[in-house]
Amino acid sequence: MSERATTPWRDWLLTDTPSSRRQAAWGRRYRMWRDFRANPLALTGLILVLAIFAASLAAPLLANWNPAAQDLANRLATPSARHWFGTDELGRDVYSRVLYGGRITLGMVVAVVAVVAPLGLAIGCVAGYAGGWADRVLMRVTDIFLAFPRLILALAFVAAIRPGITSTVAAIALTAWPPYARLARAETLTIRNTDFIAAVRLTGASPFRIILRHVAPLCLSSLIVRVTLDMSAIILTAAALGFLGMGAQPPSPEWGAMIAAARRFILEQWWVPTIPGIAIFITALAFNLLGDGLRDVLDPKQR
Amino acid sequence: MQVQIRNLTIAFPSPRGLHQAVRGVSFDIGAQKLGIVGESGSGKSLTARAILRLLPPSAIVTADRLSFDGIDVLHASERTMRNIRGRRAGLILQDPKYALNPVMTAGAQIAEAWRAHKKGSRREAMEKAIDLLDQVRIRDPARVAAAYPNELSGGMGQRVMIAMMLAPDPEMLIADEPTSALDATVQAEILRLLEDLVSRRGMALLLISHDLPLVSHFCDNVAVMYAGRIVEQLRAADLARAEHPYTRGLLDCLPTLSHAKPRLPVMRRDPAWLA
Amino acid sequence: MILVDDLHVSFGDVAAVKGVSFSVPKGSGFGIVGESGSGKSTVLRAISGLNDAWAGRMEIAGRPLAPRRGRDFFRRVQMIFQDPYGSLHPRQTVDRALSEPLEVHGIGDGEARIMRALAEVALPAAARFRYPHQLSGGQRQRVAIARALMAEPEVLLLDEPTSALDVSVQAEVLNLLADLQARRGLTYLMVSHNLAVIAHLCPMIGVMQSGEMVEVLSTEDLRAGRTRHPHTTQLRALSTELEEA
Repeated sequence: MSERATTPWRDWLLTDTPSSRRQAAWGRRYRMWRDFRANPLALTGLILVLAIFAASLAAPLLANWNPAAQDLANRLATPSARHWFGTDELGRDVYSRVLYGGRITLGMVVAVVAVVAPLGLAIGCVAGYAGGWADRVLMRVTDIFLAFPRLILALAFVAAIRPGITSTVAAIALTAWPPYARLARAETLTIRNTDFIAAVRLTGASPFRIILRHVAPLCLSSLIVRVTLDMSAIILTAAALGFLGMGAQPPSPEWGAMIAAARRFILEQWWVPTIPGIAIFITALAFNLLGDGLRDVLDPKQR
Repeated sequence: MQVQIRNLTIAFPSPRGLHQAVRGVSFDIGAQKLGIVGESGSGKSLTARAILRLLPPSAIVTADRLSFDGIDVLHASERTMRNIRGRRAGLILQDPKYALNPVMTAGAQIAEAWRAHKKGSRREAMEKAIDLLDQVRIRDPARVAAAYPNELSGGMGQRVMIAMMLAPDPEMLIADEPTSALDATVQAEILRLLEDLVSRRGMALLLISHDLPLVSHFCDNVAVMYAGRIVEQLRAADLARAEHPYTRGLLDCLPTLSHAKPRLPVMRRDPAWLA
Repeated sequence: MILVDDLHVSFGDVAAVKGVSFSVPKGSGFGIVGESGSGKSTVLRAISGLNDAWAGRMEIAGRPLAPRRGRDFFRRVQMIFQDPYGSLHPRQTVDRALSEPLEVHGIGDGEARIMRALAEVALPAAARFRYPHQLSGGQRQRVAIARALMAEPEVLLLDEPTSALDVSVQAEVLNLLADLQARRGLTYLMVSHNLAVIAHLCPMIGVMQSGEMVEVLSTEDLRAGRTRHPHTTQLRALSTELEEA
């Protein structure tokens, strides 16, 4: 890397005296990216995550078999040039199924996170900032959801509506938000009584504005870390629901469902359940590495 | 007991090369009260901590001589240093809230400090703790001994801290801003107490503070630090005759009660002071 | 400009302020001095609206204050806090901090106002896009002062504005506060434990002890030693004792 080479755009980005907000904002982003780049583990995480997403999106191009095509004459085949990761109990190509499964599994994870993180953040921040009865009501609701065993609640929820991917996402989201709300509330409680929040209150800002613009951004970094650590748990819950016949329905190749269906072959035909297991492992690891890197970068005090 | 410091430098690695926090500081302390005065970032606390080798591990410390009663602090074993810290030299910090263990009573903490250095029974240690609390002029030592740190006021907490440091009969006390968190009335009492203890026990005292008038009122000698150097060292009684413009500036820019200043003189920092 | 009459504040069962009364004329300054726990900061927080568990009568510019303050109150009254690090949002640039009051009050012309505010508190334009941790303590306090002035208030509440600063920086900030008062005709209500600092900026001083204002006297009387209450005498003695050294 030629750090010394000064190009006009780099000077423009790294100047100590930006002349406009736009320049300052881009300079900030560039510095963040530079810090992030300097962290090899985080960069590995980012590259892996991007690669996994790209591979899932490009599944129709990369897959050499139809993921649903059965070939009962060729079931549980060992990995070979024809079937790179072998075939499963119905003779379907495991490699192609893992690729297509990524779409479903990652789609579910992203959908769950997209619902859970903002919901938990909003509930936690409002409860923590408002205090009093609002806090008590919101936190008791949170406690109730927290008290239910995650899988049982999700099961009950899925059973009440139709099994499938959408209801799996809804069910997991329903059970996954309470820890986020708790976390956001704890952070908010420490932020609420600081002088800088008092100073914002004294500008006459509304509570809504204070929460949205001043409190919530400070809760974000711990939430991001929590999300990345939760990724694997979300995948596994989805898998468990799939195994119980309540999640992704066959023949859709969801990773968890693939493991569940193939778990009886773990000793003789180990690759059938292991390949999707490795996919889950790598995905979860990549998210964790990315999350750690993001946390460091998001804190401007590091710079 | 004599502490000798010759040409002490402390540096920290930073993204932009080495940052020199203390640059060539030299002084001696015997059985006397020396005050080090400086503004934040002047290196005064680092200098004091270097004597006990209590600097963060990233610090790069060099000195021609840094000795505590003849012991070479830079090369002494960790065992030797542990013997110095706490037993032979005590460190009093600004805020007793952070220095005291919140889940132990004041008495238990003092007793433990005593037992760590003088072997004795628990009962004896507790009696000694109450005696020490009495020595730092706490009116009801038995009650305070049974109290937890959060039940004590700032001044009371600082007295407990001092009692704890006195437990092993140290030869030196290092007090880093011991009264900055305290009210003026309490500050005066604590300083009087320290003065009394130091002279009665013949201890050395190193007082670190940002408050030049306070330090000169209370110490025998004053060293003024600026940007990692001692720019002036003088007898406290001669403060009015201080020569260095920085020392003068520190005195002049204070608002005073005895006479009104329409406008406070602002210090002009001469780059030559850094040299 | 400021009138406080028989103010009581309590936290639960503990009465922190017990019947404090004083008034500050427009463009003047009033200092409250006292030790920790005397209730001096509590008075300030009650006036600012940060604490609404109070009883009594308070007026700003002839208008009585309700427990809930309207938006126009915050245009009129602003506050400076003791710890300049804690009073600035750690993840927001100086620019964000200064724009906030403008956005809340819908004041336009932000760009020019921010540059003017930075110049007024003698901060370089380069400081505009810095984060608080990239600034020195004195610079941070200047940012806090600039922020308070953005909505052009008439009253500044100062809560130990210089006690976290080095003495040389304290002198600069005190000079700045004196200049701003002269230029804008601001009314100051200042709280401090440091008698000399209070006396420097305020012509009238109230001394508080355990929730009560035990004496109100002019700065000249204080300087001359014409004190009546023993606590005032004691605080004065402690302050002058060090000056004479």
